[in-house]
Amino acid sequence: MKIAIASGKGGTGKTTVAVNLAWYLADRSRKVQYIDCDVEEPNGHFFLSPYLNEKADACVMVPVVDQQKCSSCGECVKKCQFNAIARLPGNTLIFPELCHGCGLCVLVCPNKALSEGERTIGYVETGMGWGGVQFAHGVLNVGEPMPNPLIRQVKHRGLEDHVCIIDAPPGTSCPFVETISDADLVILVTEPTPFGLHDLKISVDVALARGKQICVVVNRENGPFTPLNEYLAVNKLKVLARLPEDRRVAEAYSTGEILVQAMPEYAVHFEAIADAVIGMMNNCSREVRP
Amino acid sequence: MKIAVTTSGLNLAAPLDSRFGRAARFLVYDTDSKDFMIIDNNQNLNAAQGAGIQAAQNVAATGANAVISGHCGPKAFRVLQAAGIAVYNCEAATVKEAIDLLEAGKIQPASDADVEGHW
Repeated sequence: MKIAIASGKGGTGKTTVAVNLAWYLADRSRKVQYIDCDVEEPNGHFFLSPYLNEKADACVMVPVVDQQKCSSCGECVKKCQFNAIARLPGNTLIFPELCHGCGLCVLVCPNKALSEGERTIGYVETGMGWGGVQFAHGVLNVGEPMPNPLIRQVKHRGLEDHVCIIDAPPGTSCPFVETISDADLVILVTEPTPFGLHDLKISVDVALARGKQICVVVNRENGPFTPLNEYLAVNKLKVLARLPEDRRVAEAYSTGEILVQAMPEYAVHFEAIADAVIGMMNNCSREVRP
Repeated sequence: MKIAVTTSGLNLAAPLDSRFGRAARFLVYDTDSKDFMIIDNNQNLNAAQGAGIQAAQNVAATGANAVISGHCGPKAFRVLQAAGIAVYNCEAATVKEAIDLLEAGKIQPASDADVEGHW
């Protein structure tokens, strides 16, 4: 089962929920893997302190031109949707930083002058974290504009027989869509503020458009925030937990502590989330084996 | 010599467009015949990315030997350099003024892009 923890707005507590849910499930003897798809700024490793025993470069395809075979016909330039190729007489130029690695140019070249090369955009690391949580994350090279190929490669490390807790990047565009694409459940973490609600609505719309099952965790709750509660009620969104605001949570976070260890009174909230997740897992397996 | 000048207008009196890749048009002036033609750049003006690259390729296809624009980014510069086209950065108000400055030798070709991409 794959569970994506996402939010839209940054800083609502995705990593807090993802790390603690993973740790809590492992503590309850579940096989768990934490997968950090926030490849532009992964930080789950600060909390799970994994022993990383495998590191692999993440590469994308980039075309390589054989100028001897190139007739400057311009077919590749016409077909490239990303303006990544320029044709000059006797000289075809490739701009790898604009290339999305689709490979169409290689296919359409009538002279077979283009071949598939590789470009490294970051790396994937895997290992074992605190409490027996399997760990995988991706780290995108600074200045690299496209995280999606790396996100795909990180998710590829997902273990079939584990509950995969996928920590999503903030935002609601391509990296978010890629991260949740094969999730069985999307848990959206929000905060009771106008900003949190605004981005929650966008996240819900995107996740619904992708046909996803959605649940919500309200973080940093400090009294009722009526617009959020109304929105959740009107849209029949199930709230798995409401984590109360507490300065000590931020203090524990700032030193890389697992919240449910630092503040055991928060365990009840993760128990509620875990119970809901396990309930869905059992339902899923019943559907598979009637 | 053929000089491609970025412009928002349609003639020599038109304003110089300070952008290269996302200029509205290129006026390509022939210093021998004193004639010019207009190349539309609308397609690149609205491109999601790589406007400078494609604009530079289109300018190269006109046989231009020089480009005058307000600024030129690194990718466009790389294409123009590969095509052997000299790039002149200039703050002239009109196309005619810019061409006069070049012909009088009052502006020098740039050795590199003068702005970052997407300035």
